[in-house]
Amino acid sequence: MFDASANLKKRLKSERRFQIFCITAISFALIFVLILFLNIFSSGYSAFYKTTIAIDVDYSQVIEDTTQFAAMSDDEINKLDLFRFSKKSIYSLFPDIEDRKEKKLLIRIFSIEYEDEIKQFLIKNKENIKKIETVYLTASDDVDQVRKGNYPRDLPEERRRIKDIQLEYYDILENNGRVKYVFNIPFLTRGDSREPELAGVGGSIVGSFLTIITVLILSFPIGILAAVYLQEFAKSNRFTDFIEININNLAAVPSIVFGLLGLGIILNVFGLPRSTPLVGGIVLSLMTLPTIIIATRASLRAVPPSIREGALAVGATKMQAVMHHVVPLAMPGALTGTIIGLAQALGETAPLLLIGMVAFVVDVPSSPLDASASLPVQVYLWAESAERGYVEKTSATIMLLLGFLILLNLAAVLIRRKFETKW
Amino acid sequence: MGLFLILLVLTIGAFGFLIGRLKAIKLRSASQKKITSLNHYYGYYIAIFAIVPSLLVFLAITAFQGYIVEVYVLSDFIDLNPNLLASDKNLLLAQIVNTSKGIELFDEISPLVTDAVDKYIYIEELIDTLTYVIVLSVAGLLSLVAYVKIKSNLDSRKFVESFLLILFFTCSLVAIMTTVGIIFSLLFQTLKFFSQVPITDFLFGLNWSPQRVFVRDSGDLDTRDLQNAFGAIPLFAGTFLIAFIAMCVAIPVGLMTAIYLAEYASPNLRDWAKPIIEILAGIPTVVYGFFAALTVAPIVRDLGQNAGFTVSSESALAAGFVMGIMIIPFVSSLSDDVINSVPQSLREGSYAMGATKSETIRKVLLPAALPGIIGSFLLAVSRAIGETMIVVMAAGLAAKLTANPFDAATTITTQIVVILIGDQEFDSPKTQAAFALGLTLFIVTLLLNFIALQVVKKYTERYD
Repeated sequence: MFDASANLKKRLKSERRFQIFCITAISFALIFVLILFLNIFSSGYSAFYKTTIAIDVDYSQVIEDTTQFAAMSDDEINKLDLFRFSKKSIYSLFPDIEDRKEKKLLIRIFSIEYEDEIKQFLIKNKENIKKIETVYLTASDDVDQVRKGNYPRDLPEERRRIKDIQLEYYDILENNGRVKYVFNIPFLTRGDSREPELAGVGGSIVGSFLTIITVLILSFPIGILAAVYLQEFAKSNRFTDFIEININNLAAVPSIVFGLLGLGIILNVFGLPRSTPLVGGIVLSLMTLPTIIIATRASLRAVPPSIREGALAVGATKMQAVMHHVVPLAMPGALTGTIIGLAQALGETAPLLLIGMVAFVVDVPSSPLDASASLPVQVYLWAESAERGYVEKTSATIMLLLGFLILLNLAAVLIRRKFETKW
Repeated sequence: MGLFLILLVLTIGAFGFLIGRLKAIKLRSASQKKITSLNHYYGYYIAIFAIVPSLLVFLAITAFQGYIVEVYVLSDFIDLNPNLLASDKNLLLAQIVNTSKGIELFDEISPLVTDAVDKYIYIEELIDTLTYVIVLSVAGLLSLVAYVKIKSNLDSRKFVESFLLILFFTCSLVAIMTTVGIIFSLLFQTLKFFSQVPITDFLFGLNWSPQRVFVRDSGDLDTRDLQNAFGAIPLFAGTFLIAFIAMCVAIPVGLMTAIYLAEYASPNLRDWAKPIIEILAGIPTVVYGFFAALTVAPIVRDLGQNAGFTVSSESALAAGFVMGIMIIPFVSSLSDDVINSVPQSLREGSYAMGATKSETIRKVLLPAALPGIIGSFLLAVSRAIGETMIVVMAAGLAAKLTANPFDAATTITTQIVVILIGDQEFDSPKTQAAFALGLTLFIVTLLLNFIALQVVKKYTERYD
């Protein structure tokens, strides 16, 4: 006999199973977002801090009367040869060390630009330099990583770059209260460097900014005007269809193909300078144009015909009806689309690799014609570097990048909420 | 200097606008006759005359400036050595430009170069001055002409509006120009490539090792190397393998997510879960690449080794898995739309027959939505094939033919980046090969998108 209730039980069970599958799938996706963010944040936040070690610098050994520094120009101070003096100042931390090798190891606790840092301190405080000053020098990457706990101390000595004796020095310095953990401002202002502890994202932030501004200047007007033409003026004929198919196809072309376009045409035919935000901006504008055009057209389409007809009825020309009435009403949608396009452009890496924006650039760029990196490219560059210090820098750069993206998207959402009209 | 000139031209334009408007106002009060257009159209009339032609002239001069400078500065060198290579020319030019800026990268500077530096400074200054004179006089003269032409019967509105229409039309042509540019740049290099390497070798060859190809000092290539270095099958296989792994993750998760959000979730849950999943689509791919290389790849390696496999540190599995996560939102949001657009009557009919919710979904909704869902899968596949950063950072660079997901695999996009990153020697078959790969990628993704859109279109026609 057919047992209906048993069958029902089975069916309900399979219903529950199906739901569990669904919930597993969606939680998998949600959990992954969480893990990704946690992973990046937990490994990245420490890059915003750096370890510094205080040394006592006896500036009277450079010039007996330290008040004379005030009369010197910055250039003159920069030209002073303080190399041996700086070394001596560091040795004075541990006067007992005689062995040359050990002295060398002691120096290596500090980042290689110690001479420059001692000079910069002098320049900054030249008005009232005391005989003996306490100067905080940036610690080397290895020490920095030990301080941050990213470096396993229990590894056998031959397998780590930092030697036992250096750890010993460091512990003594820490016990003497000479180690200070400070906010890493140079990380946000400096350019790239071969030394992880000195590398900063300032250059790539400016590079990204210049690129995005170029994209905005190029793609916003062109995108909106093209959308206005296609939506409001174009007669529906073969040619218009062809343009539309083109735009839809371009939206689906992989980004790297735009990089090939940039390399093959913009660099090699037009001869624009490699590695520059200008070229990056042009390539990314071509890539974001379809997004902007499609979004703008959608919001133009949403403006009801009564607006156009009303304007025409009181004697406006078609151009006046569109430019004075329809376009302003469609502007919020167009802006939202543009911002989303900009966010895409900001996170894009692959095309920039091909047009040479992967160059190692130490200087912060000052115009769109200077060679520069951008934030996502910086992530790529540092991710490929072997030093441990770059891992946290990479994560921190990602944090900044995600932060900018969130800001942009937030702006888009706010504009949509504030100005969107439901017809 | 260019920026300053543009600002000057714009100032002239703004000035012209004011003058034109003033003249129109005067005309209106002086004559009793009607003036055809509103006052400000006369302003725009002069502004357009002032700005547009002069900027076009400026662009044209800047475009040819480099060429003129090169020919003039290098003329002595070319007299000495008529068949100077293009690369040597660029090197010389760079040396001259740097020396003129006071940057001395070279120890000795030959007298010929010093002469050329003087010539360079001279011609640059000459062209700069000439540009100023020409552009500004074009702007000034034309605004004057426009000013004279303003009469009460001049229909300036018509002129301005047709100018705007042409401007709009030109903007919409950018899309076509981009496509033409892409096809031109890809095709041009690809044809050059296929003139040296037969197309069959490229499409069916089993060995990919372009780094073996060197241009010899004499300028010709070792043909034995060429024959066996550009077989793209390992790349196609690697691309396919990684895309397949990605789809294995993205299809079930994406589809189930879409089903849950469309059919089970309360509106509240839907409102916050959907944006969170969309976040996955907004994260830059380089971030996924970093995550795949640094976090997922070691986990995959440890898991694989515990299970007794030999896993390379850059495995196709890690890259494919993370790529799959990236694609989830593409699958889920498209499928979500498709499932939502299935008419409510179909659901209700099924419930009326006593079916449970999951039975309705499996036996009614999914079959009804199938074309659209398949369309979304195809779009996702084309995403996976074109994705670059994840595979560059996590999938390995060496090309070998393998179907083992624990092995390193390389893809079309990876090889394009590997070949073209940094400095390239142009006109070598190696760089041209990258363009050939790009063309292959372009065609394949275009086809996939075309088919996907056709499938979706056909489906939507059925219920509308």
